Amino acid sequence: MPKVAIQASGVTKWFGEGDAKTMAVNEVNLEAQFGEMVYIVGPSGSGKTTLLSILSGILRPNSGSVLVEGVDIWGLDSDQLADFRLGKIGFVFQDYHLFPRLTTVENAAIPLILKGKNWEEAVREAGKYLDIVGLKTRADLPPVKLSGGEQQRVAIARAIGSQPDILIMDEPTASLDGDTGQAILSFVKKNILNENRCILVVTHDERIYEFATRIMNMEDGRLKGSEVRAA
Amino acid sequence: MRGILRLAFKLLVNDKAKFTALLLGITFAVFLIMFITSMFSGVLNHASSTIINIGASMWVMDPAVQTVTNSVGMPDYVLDAVRSIQGVKYAVPLYSGGALVKLSDGTYQSATVIGLDDTSLFGRPTLLEGKIEDIYAENGFIAVRDAEFGKLENPHVGSEFELNDYRGVIVGIAKVTSSGLYGTPTLYTTYERAIQYVPNPRYTISYVLVEPKSASDIPQIKKQVEALGYRARTKKEFMQRTADFFVYQTGGGTNMLIMTAISFIVGLSISGQTFYTFILENLERFGALKAIGTRNRVLVGMILFQATFTAFTGYGLGVGLSALLIWLARLRLASYAAMMTYGDLAFGFAMVVLIAAVSSYVAVQRVLKIEPFDIFRG
Repeated sequence: MPKVAIQASGVTKWFGEGDAKTMAVNEVNLEAQFGEMVYIVGPSGSGKTTLLSILSGILRPNSGSVLVEGVDIWGLDSDQLADFRLGKIGFVFQDYHLFPRLTTVENAAIPLILKGKNWEEAVREAGKYLDIVGLKTRADLPPVKLSGGEQQRVAIARAIGSQPDILIMDEPTASLDGDTGQAILSFVKKNILNENRCILVVTHDERIYEFATRIMNMEDGRLKGSEVRAA
Repeated sequence: MRGILRLAFKLLVNDKAKFTALLLGITFAVFLIMFITSMFSGVLNHASSTIINIGASMWVMDPAVQTVTNSVGMPDYVLDAVRSIQGVKYAVPLYSGGALVKLSDGTYQSATVIGLDDTSLFGRPTLLEGKIEDIYAENGFIAVRDAEFGKLENPHVGSEFELNDYRGVIVGIAKVTSSGLYGTPTLYTTYERAIQYVPNPRYTISYVLVEPKSASDIPQIKKQVEALGYRARTKKEFMQRTADFFVYQTGGGTNMLIMTAISFIVGLSISGQTFYTFILENLERFGALKAIGTRNRVLVGMILFQATFTAFTGYGLGVGLSALLIWLARLRLASYAAMMTYGDLAFGFAMVVLIAAVSSYVAVQRVLKIEPFDIFRG
């Protein structure tokens, strides 16, 4: 019986007030389980990124609740929420946000350092995650010397470094060509997804839909249905 | 925490261009601040050189005296009156005045003549050559070997000169703790010879040097001297009065304040702006760190560490550079009027802390305001 990783109920978020009020997420209910690789897809401006931010404890909703492994994350104070993100969530940002003045392995070590590991230990451990994403030989290079696909893999190594239960990937193929994007998502599904981890992917790139275990469609801030794919 | 500080350190120093610009800004500001304050401290110290070299605990003087070189003569009875004050261990007269010395080549050189009490020779300098008792010999003078020594044609024991048509003979060469400010050589002789050789007004005692029996007697001595219509000042008070004159009545203090303020503004603008640019360029990454789960106070700690590290390194370099320049200047000019006091170091440190605080405050505000959601939105 799969465990529930994320359960969102009646999540609503709007921006602005009065005439300028824009409903970004409207009464969304969602459940994602461990072992799933859930895609939230839809056109630009449909509220995918806003929903992902709410689910990952980054953006506070106007109403509704989000339970992650049974914990109401929006009942936590800001420090608890930061600790929760550091401990439970791994982020792969659309633009990677790697530090250009650090080496690849140092970038991957950041969550471990933030968790309190000393520098040497964190770098050593990050080396293992770079190995997992196939970049061990590039460990001492700065990110600017890497290709887009390689930088994406560094971002993945950084995200999985803290061994998160939930991995959040925001438009992971936006800066990649089709083949590289497919290779990355294929790699994630094969090597990163497991029965103790849930992966949420926001994308509108249909070329990578084949790697999803479930696809949720979002339109005008609402979820318009869910399609289960073969695992 | 050490790992986070190392992360902050690497983010700072790995951006070599910005780190160098930051360091240069702070180093330059500290250098200017330290150099200006050191020069001023040096000037104040040299202005009080006679007070330091004579070394008396208390000085009795006319109330109008503002610096030790501008003495106002006092009548002889003042010396007797001071000696009779309860609590005075001993009191001796001191003559301090300027004179023109005619050198062997016929040229004239102005000099400071110090006349020491004939009986005790209180305040005599340390001799490098000659014997102190020779000061009692006919026409005996002691020359001070300082930066101005050469202006007396580098005299030796036995050298002769003329002073107000009197013959003078160098009987000793001495060293002193502090050189004078005005670039004139110094000659020591006895009080009686000084007032005989140097043309003088009616009253000839420049100062009465007093040694109190104990520190607790000082207030009583001051009160009694004041009743005579004169002032008794401790060594420290007299030095402070001399310093106050230069600070408040010559424009020197204002100039120093203006230069210090300019140095501060230069340092703040260079380092503040560079540090802010550094933070701005990394703002998205700080936002990413926030999204990943970095607490605000950890981010603030990283920024403060970066600002503090840069400030302290710049402070060390600035102080070192100032010290090096003063040292080089002293190689050429032994009495170069610059000295780095603990006060100057503390002042420079306070300025650099202020620069770091202002720079990091602006940066911290910017980082605290960034929302991790902005990172998602791109």
